[in-house]
Amino acid sequence: MGQRTPLYQQHLNAGAKIVDFGGWDMPIQYQSLIEEHHAVRQHAGVFDVSHMTVVDISGGQAKAWLRFLLANDVDKLSEPGRALYSAMLNDSGGVVDDLIVYTMNNGYRLVVNCGTREKDLQWMQTKAKGFDVHIVERPDLAILAVHGPESISKVCALLAPQLATAVAALGNFRALEADDWFIARTGYTGERGLELIVPNAAAAALWDALLASGVKPIGLGARDTLRLEAGMNLYGHDMDEDVSPLAANMVQTISWEPSDRQFIGRTAVEQHKIEQDAGNLPILTGLVLEERGVLREGLRVVCEVNGQEREGIITSGTFSPTLKHSIALARIPVGSSNCRVDIRGKLTPVRIVKPNFVRFGKKVFE
Amino acid sequence: MSSFPEDLKYTPSHEWVRIEADGNIVMGISDHAQELLGDIVFIELPTEGAQVAAKGEISVVESVKAASDIYAPISGTIIAVNQALLDSPEIVNTSPYDDGWFCRIKPSNAADLDALLDADAYAKICE
Repeated sequence: MGQRTPLYQQHLNAGAKIVDFGGWDMPIQYQSLIEEHHAVRQHAGVFDVSHMTVVDISGGQAKAWLRFLLANDVDKLSEPGRALYSAMLNDSGGVVDDLIVYTMNNGYRLVVNCGTREKDLQWMQTKAKGFDVHIVERPDLAILAVHGPESISKVCALLAPQLATAVAALGNFRALEADDWFIARTGYTGERGLELIVPNAAAAALWDALLASGVKPIGLGARDTLRLEAGMNLYGHDMDEDVSPLAANMVQTISWEPSDRQFIGRTAVEQHKIEQDAGNLPILTGLVLEERGVLREGLRVVCEVNGQEREGIITSGTFSPTLKHSIALARIPVGSSNCRVDIRGKLTPVRIVKPNFVRFGKKVFE
Repeated sequence: MSSFPEDLKYTPSHEWVRIEADGNIVMGISDHAQELLGDIVFIELPTEGAQVAAKGEISVVESVKAASDIYAPISGTIIAVNQALLDSPEIVNTSPYDDGWFCRIKPSNAADLDALLDADAYAKICE
């Protein structure tokens, strides 16, 4: 038996198929992955993501420390209730983890991956030496992600009128605190939606109320197809400690200015930039296969660069329920063309597109 | 819970076989197999007239999660394939033993049928 979130019984009640996910007993799907996927694109769905790790940061040097720890710059967060996506790099410029950082009324809140929990906490503790910061994990909190075109109105209908008005008015990447609840306009699906970080004891009642109002329970299977359609990276697949953020489509999340901010990994990624400009560091791009067949993680990609045959690899691949054909993220050499994927020994031509396939229910690539 | 109809035979690789009155067989994949695969999105079918060998690959099923090879339960000749699966592969999820049949095979070696499992023996494998 693995660790269980406060919603484990709710998953069983909803008929979930439970699998081990990074040591947690989590719902992979309830009835049909594809129907759950469509529910989020067309209406509203709720995910239990309480297995993810919430870490609160406080102390006199919290900001200075996060500006050292993270490749993106929390100095951009001008007031409480702002959110920023960032990589946490190691000294050689590999990705220790990707995370969301929020500004709170007092300090900061980070949400990091579940599979990287131990090493992340250890890394943070090690790198906090000499800083006046307090790093406090919050296992007492559950996270419900509610996403889809109807999600915000469904959540607001369950809240007290004043809070509902404030939540309805939240912009993208904005958040608010209401007593011990934290509600943010962030997510991992490419749809509008909210992430609600609430005390464990409040999670089941919130879940039940959402389901009673017609929000569908969504498993981790559809969470993966939704994030991949949105072109969002999955840690451990699209990037890890041996991959530069520049080779993982994360260049926009690196804050190069001010040039004197010495964040961990800065020297290394500056070197990666030079290598990539010279064509020696690959890029992460999107691939689409509009014929029959499914692109899968680990499949070999054969490309042409200046008339030479070169190779890349698919880092995430799936069937896109929205587009009804296969999509993938792949790490391939800069300047590649004429890409073909080795599907069971057959080189199948694919198209290179920007790594963003579906937003707000619609196809976005050319 | 998966269903294991008593009137069918099975293989350890999760195909089912129905022996028809004329001695030909119809085959597909079991309810247990479709549950393991999850939502099926593409199916490659064998060609009519093809000779197949018992335990040889005859088809590929792609679900959102994985690709899976499907094997001939017996040796023989493919005499019909279920073309409906090309456009509507999800039929295998909703009706694995009826509308979701894969193909009909004319057996070339009657002894192959003796090697198949009955419902109880197959259900045990799936536990």
